[in-house]
Amino acid sequence: MSDRVTFVLSPERAAERVAESISLRKRKENRFLFLGKFAVAVALGFLVLLFSGILSKGIPGLFQHYVTLDVQLDTERLDPSGQRTIESLADGDFDGVVRDALYKVLGPPTGRMAKRQARKLISSGSGQRLMHHVLDNPDQMGSTVALQFAVDDDVDTFLRGLISRDTPEADRRVSNQMISYVDLLQTRGRISYEISDYLFFGSASRDAEMAGIRGALVGSILTLLVCIVIAFPLGVATAVYLEEMAPKNRFTEIIEININNLAAVPSVVFGIMGLAIFIVIFGMPRSIPLVGGIVLALMTLPTIIISSRASIRAVPPSIRDAALGVGASKMQTITHHVLPLAMPGMLTGTIIGMAQALGETAPLLMIGMVAFIVDVPSGVTDPGTVLPVQIFMWADFAERMFIQKTSAAIIVLLAFLISMNAAAILLRKKLERRW
Amino acid sequence: MSFLNLVLSVLVIGAVFFVFGQRAATGHQAASTVKLHSRSHYHGIWAAITSTLPALLILLMLGLGKDLLFQHWARDFFPPEVSGGGAVDRAIALAKISNVVDGIIFGEVESWVQSAGEAWIRWESNTIVVVNILVLGISLTGGLLGYQRINLGFRARNNVERILTWMLIGSSTVAIFTTIGIVLSVLFESIRFFKLIPPQDFLFGLEWNPQFEGAERAGSGGGTATYGMVPMFVGTFLISFIALAVAVPVGLFSAIYLAEYATPRVRAIVKPLLEILAGVPTVVYGFFAALTVAPVVKSVGESLGLEVASESALAAGLVMGVMIIPFISSLSDDVINAVPQALRDAAFGLGSTKSEAVRQVVLPAALPGIVAAVILAVSRAVGETMIVVMAAGLAANLSVNPLDAVTTVTSQIVTILVGDQEFESAKTLSAFALALMLIVTTLALNYYALQIVKKYREQYE
Repeated sequence: MSDRVTFVLSPERAAERVAESISLRKRKENRFLFLGKFAVAVALGFLVLLFSGILSKGIPGLFQHYVTLDVQLDTERLDPSGQRTIESLADGDFDGVVRDALYKVLGPPTGRMAKRQARKLISSGSGQRLMHHVLDNPDQMGSTVALQFAVDDDVDTFLRGLISRDTPEADRRVSNQMISYVDLLQTRGRISYEISDYLFFGSASRDAEMAGIRGALVGSILTLLVCIVIAFPLGVATAVYLEEMAPKNRFTEIIEININNLAAVPSVVFGIMGLAIFIVIFGMPRSIPLVGGIVLALMTLPTIIISSRASIRAVPPSIRDAALGVGASKMQTITHHVLPLAMPGMLTGTIIGMAQALGETAPLLMIGMVAFIVDVPSGVTDPGTVLPVQIFMWADFAERMFIQKTSAAIIVLLAFLISMNAAAILLRKKLERRW
Repeated sequence: MSFLNLVLSVLVIGAVFFVFGQRAATGHQAASTVKLHSRSHYHGIWAAITSTLPALLILLMLGLGKDLLFQHWARDFFPPEVSGGGAVDRAIALAKISNVVDGIIFGEVESWVQSAGEAWIRWESNTIVVVNILVLGISLTGGLLGYQRINLGFRARNNVERILTWMLIGSSTVAIFTTIGIVLSVLFESIRFFKLIPPQDFLFGLEWNPQFEGAERAGSGGGTATYGMVPMFVGTFLISFIALAVAVPVGLFSAIYLAEYATPRVRAIVKPLLEILAGVPTVVYGFFAALTVAPVVKSVGESLGLEVASESALAAGLVMGVMIIPFISSLSDDVINAVPQALRDAAFGLGSTKSEAVRQVVLPAALPGIVAAVILAVSRAVGETMIVVMAAGLAANLSVNPLDAVTTVTSQIVTILVGDQEFESAKTLSAFALALMLIVTTLALNYYALQIVKKYREQYE
């Protein structure tokens, strides 16, 4: 060293200083390690909090209370013209039949007021439910069958113990009369608590006890179908072109920049593009899975392209050289060798992209998939909604039971997402080759 | 024939041509001692491509273009006061006609609307016939033309491969067209918005209040609509700031712990668990923020004697922070792992403890990457939509108090564009102007992050 270093401390003194500082430095070290552990604990704590919050509300949402009634399937009243078709059954008095069955169990209520209170015990969709039962089992006509009907959502909330008997009658949505009826039904063993079939087989409804996710689930599946049909071939083709064929020039560079930019664009902007281009300019209808699928496909395209490129790059060049060496053309090398070897990685990336698309809400709000649609969509051009949007819409309702149903729908959505990701991991483990 | 049936029949025609093409090639081969130039299935594929590709392209163009054409023709039915009027009148007229076409009729309709609607229905049914004939005709002629070219010396493989290459190039341009689509759709409407509202009012206005829009037009007074974007951007950055205040320390320290201290087993368990946080849909976070976190924030704040809005920025920001944690932790983890081991070894060799090595050597070396990760996280937070739609407010308060309700750019866009819009009102157009600003902001942040990475990356390699 050219600069002369002057020591302020003698070596002995310096060693002493170091020895003195060691305990302090150790404490600092421990503090730092603790901070790291604490941060991990906080992050995992959030995870636990999120999942326990949703599970604790959502698991009760998978169940609901039913009342069992002995319904007399009187042909005269239910199907006056006797054809057993939807049209002829529409004239039947299903609501009345269910009501009579309820009155019978309660030991007929007397007076209009009492009857009205009794009617409020069961879901207003009970007549519909009976009609579907008759449609499915026409041979039971004329007999008396025991059927389960959902109780009204306020009664359900009461049965869950979320409405207290001690609240003054005026402040709760369940009257004293109704409570006494519920007690009566319970002592007669008519009330049961079971997995909600309304949740899985019912469609959108403003009545919490009847609301279900079937329409949204079908809509989600249709939307994802459109999305995968568009995004997978496009993504793979782009990846193949960029990795295997593209010359290093301006055009290729522009494509790459665009893909990176698209990956950074907020998802809501894709929805705005879908609205402005597909709906306003091309005049496609709103709320249809076709448009939703296209928008989500454009959104997930960068994810698929990037992962497909990585898996193509992972195929060793020796494979290509060998194929070219025995006389395969460039395209044959790609289609016969590179693509099959890269396929597991591409599929993994695609599944992850689809999982992302399944959970996406904002772009679909933009193209009008928030409409209240009762019918289950039967094709990609039927108006429909998807699971995350259904969750968003239900989250706006104030009824207590809707909160539980929303959480239950979230559990279903998360179950789908987790199984998709698990499938991706399994696929990668099973099929991916290390070179 | 419906669209789908038409596509299917074209595909069937293609399959038939594949079989015939392949047979023809094998036939030529059998009749001669000279070998085929390409293997027989390439001839089949060639015939199949010539019969399907042009037909499907034409079908796609017709399917997308016919509404534009009909709208153009429908203008001939407009009475002079409509066609001479503004763009608003014309858009309303087209909407009325399309209602007639769909069979949705409210009360009396003007006779010209009725006749235009009937004409439209007629055009629809006529075009279906024309499209069917055209597409099937093109499919058959294309197939036949391709089929005719098949002979021993025909270079079927080269032709097929050339077409495939062009299809690959075409696919990769989708990304470009998407970008163009995004930019144009946002830009055009924004320009129309800036014609109504001067850009300086929008960019620097301190008040956002589009609610008076209708009242103003009806002439009933009640104030003027104002379109100043500052409150929303302040709200957006306030929420993003809160989110980062949660996510950066937690994410960064998790990354340091996982990269430097954790055993491989702990790492293998904790890392995927953190990734789960990134996979949870944002609507779930929004529900959690609105239902669980916001009431807790409110009650805690009130027990401390503070005034807390029920849709406070704090609740939305906290939950958004949780969402961003894995984003920061996995990016920082990569960056920290990329710091060469030699730097750590040198620090240990000089007698530093692990934490000293991390703080004084590894972190400074990884800093550019970490900064880039944080900037990318900001861009994620700015563009995040569902959490703020569900948990943040709608009132555009210009406030930096985290306990107030603020609104954000994305939640305003969603509020304005969900449901029915009139495409001519300044209120609807303002959503596009906001989207333009949003795109500019996020892209600028990403570009900046990329530059930082680029500038400092090579230093330690």
